[in-house]
Amino acid sequence: MAHTTEPTPVVRALYHDDDVLISAVKEIRAAGYKISEVYTPFPVHGLDKAMGLKETRIAMAAFMYGLLGLTVAVTLTWYMMISDWPQNIGGKPNINWGMNMPAFVPILFELTVFFAAHLMVWTYLVINGLYPGADAQNPDPRTTDDYFMVELPAADGLVDVLKKSGAVEIAEA
Amino acid sequence: MHYESPVRQPLILGDKSYNQITEDVVRPIENAAPRSWWMVFSIALVMFLWGVGCLAYTVGTGIGVWGLNKTVGWAWDITNFVWWVGIGHAGTLISAVLLLFRQRWRMAINRSAEAMTIFSVIQAGLFPVFHMGRVWMAYWVLPIPNQFGSLWVNFNSPLLWDVFAISTYLSVSVVFWYVGLIPDFAMVRDRAVNPVQKHIYKVLSFGWGGKAKAWQRFEEVSLVLAGLATPLVLSVHTIVSMDFATSVIPGWHTTIFPPYFVAGAIFSGFAMVQTLLLIVRKVFKMEDYITVQHIEMMNIIIMVTGSIVGVAYITELFIAWYSGVEYEQYAFLNRATGPYWWAYWSMMTCNVFSPQFMWFKKLRTNLVFTFVISIVVNIGMWFERFVIIVTSLHRDYLPSSWSMFSPSFVDVGIFVGTIGFFFVLFLLYARTFPVIAQAELKTILKTSGEAQKKHHSDHGAHH
Repeated sequence: MAHTTEPTPVVRALYHDDDVLISAVKEIRAAGYKISEVYTPFPVHGLDKAMGLKETRIAMAAFMYGLLGLTVAVTLTWYMMISDWPQNIGGKPNINWGMNMPAFVPILFELTVFFAAHLMVWTYLVINGLYPGADAQNPDPRTTDDYFMVELPAADGLVDVLKKSGAVEIAEA
Repeated sequence: MHYESPVRQPLILGDKSYNQITEDVVRPIENAAPRSWWMVFSIALVMFLWGVGCLAYTVGTGIGVWGLNKTVGWAWDITNFVWWVGIGHAGTLISAVLLLFRQRWRMAINRSAEAMTIFSVIQAGLFPVFHMGRVWMAYWVLPIPNQFGSLWVNFNSPLLWDVFAISTYLSVSVVFWYVGLIPDFAMVRDRAVNPVQKHIYKVLSFGWGGKAKAWQRFEEVSLVLAGLATPLVLSVHTIVSMDFATSVIPGWHTTIFPPYFVAGAIFSGFAMVQTLLLIVRKVFKMEDYITVQHIEMMNIIIMVTGSIVGVAYITELFIAWYSGVEYEQYAFLNRATGPYWWAYWSMMTCNVFSPQFMWFKKLRTNLVFTFVISIVVNIGMWFERFVIIVTSLHRDYLPSSWSMFSPSFVDVGIFVGTIGFFFVLFLLYARTFPVIAQAELKTILKTSGEAQKKHHSDHGAHH
């Protein structure tokens, strides 16, 4: 398997319109070619479906992080106010956590949101490979302005399909 | 496919292309600052430095340099804290609540409104921290054993709820803002010619490349953050109001406070967004993106929330009378007719009366008038907090300790300093950050652009 270290040549096709891009993605896939990546300057609605991308599960992750935050808040308030150093504060009942719980609702809520939001964003940055100073992921700087790029492994007859789909520029690398 | 009813006015004026949006958004970043920017920035910087001096004096000498006395233990500091936090609320409302309601007009203004949120919450946070007196002990509000013994923070206290609410609010607002900024920083990076500028925006853009999967996650993350930020923003001012409502001071001990404070916060926040955006659109020539329609929409929100605040004021008066509690009755009588009557009636005029002008379309689409009202509303909302705090305290249960509050030059200096600090941050932001969420805005160009809509109606929408 020595040849696997060799980079497979890729073809990059640029489009100048999001509607043309969507129909091109559909045509390319219908012709049996596999698209490896699409770079766009803004979220093109329907592109993920046209490319056949799976739905993201990040919202589910956020929910789990929220539950974690809630658990942390319950543990924190229980340990500090009930278990470790109980005090009579304004006559609020603190025989057990449940009786004192109404006073903790703001804390329970804030920590749930805090954990859900921050851990979700950390997850988002990590799975997208985003960090301060990372090299630009897009091969062509025009794709953050008004160009749309489809990247796919080189194959026979591909260039013709791309040309026919409305690509304004095709390059092999 | 990109059809929108012709009844809806275009949100992007003129004949724009995707590239034109890019050009318009980066113009303030790539060009030298106008003279007016330097002038305003210098004034703001001087105000800020004056505030730093007054804070240093406070820390060095003690809280005694403020105008507080034994009876009025909370005054300008907490007034300013609540005022600044309230202003911040509009930013989250625009970016989160309007996102959930699918209001597309938010896209041109959400970036600047969120910036305003973050900068005003920073100002707000300064007041309680410095009111602690010994600021180097500020870490005591964190849930760590006090004195590193075993005494913990008090989770029953609304002041501690505030610590959690404000820090969650500030930090979640920052990440919400930044997630949206990453693609726009990448756009600036990809255009930058100057190597220093290119490197700075490379660092800021985190390597964003606009991959399809990344955009899919981006939209999901934005939606979930909006869903989290919406109850969060309501909780923050609710908790701020509980600082007062859970006490037994007449005029504070009311259940109406949470909704009343939240409405007031949105009211003042939108007024500040108006003040800032009317300047931004003019100085940076963004009139095609921040249109008169945007201004009008915000004026309607100001009118509605101003009226809610008005109803709350009247309800408070009614309940004070209806409760039969003479302390409560006196607190409100004293507000309206006592030595602070001028503050009460300034508040009533600015907050209840002035937004009613917005019922007239001519007035709410008039930019100069809007600008004046936006300033009036913010003055009124400052007075609201002052009235609630000082008039309730200065005549307490014991007439022998009744007193008045007058601010010292340090009180004034710190307040002026936070206004300066706020504008220093906002002006720096306006010169270096993309002030419009251009990536998001490009998604609505084909449906809501003026030329695109016209093209649609001329050629028929047969899709």
